[in-house]
Amino acid sequence: MNDWYVYLIVFLTGGTICFIGQILVIKTKMTTARILVTFVLLGVFLQAVGLFDAISQFCKAGINVPIIGFGASLAKGAINAVKSSGILGIFTGGLSACAGGIAAAIFFAFIFGIIFKAKTKKM
Amino acid sequence: MQDEVRNKKYNSYVEAKIAKTHAWPSLFNAFWVGGLICVFGQVCNDLILMWFPSISTQSAWAYTLIIIIFIAALLTGLGVFDKIGAFAGAGTIVPITGFSNSITSPALDFKNEGIIFGMCAKMFIIAGPVIVSGTVASMIVGIIYLFV
Repeated sequence: MNDWYVYLIVFLTGGTICFIGQILVIKTKMTTARILVTFVLLGVFLQAVGLFDAISQFCKAGINVPIIGFGASLAKGAINAVKSSGILGIFTGGLSACAGGIAAAIFFAFIFGIIFKAKTKKM
Repeated sequence: MQDEVRNKKYNSYVEAKIAKTHAWPSLFNAFWVGGLICVFGQVCNDLILMWFPSISTQSAWAYTLIIIIFIAALLTGLGVFDKIGAFAGAGTIVPITGFSNSITSPALDFKNEGIIFGMCAKMFIIAGPVIVSGTVASMIVGIIYLFV
């Protein structure tokens, strides 16, 4: 497959997901937290019913970079860990699959929180 | 009763004022900014796989997300992210940049309340619900798969 074709699909699918997010922002006046939660749960659901891998094959970063991918890897981690280590997997699977992202977000937030000062919002 | 009528009037007044926040341009901006962030992620992912072919797809995605999280946190610290966010709306919230921003932004805002109870505690004011709901949902999925 041509490389540029892949980037076009990524652009269109990723853009569409953000477009849907923006519709939610406008129509329901959802806050950031609610939007993130909604999309994470959508990702968990898509992975749980087994649709995510097929979508991911097609959309690549278009669905993995949106927070849907984060939810999907939580669910995927849980499913795989349950298969390999049983009951313990329920507890360890989800978070360990996403540990990299969460730890990175916390670490960089801490470092930049120390370094930078909050910008006063100009009206 | 009278309050209700008044509230309704007020709400419709607010609605009339708010509804004009340029719905179509903001949808368009969310679309192309969000799309570009995803393309950037794809480029990162492709480069990582090109330079380190031995890496698994899963790890390549993890590296990609960490890079994007890093950039979003840095831009939040520099105060640039808020400007992009105001322009693109959900275009920056829905990608993983929004998750990163939702941790870094309160960390900066509450820094003056102290490092421990200000910055460290308030970091999760937005991301907390995301992590909690995601973890609980993934555990429910795990329980279902245990029995199926």
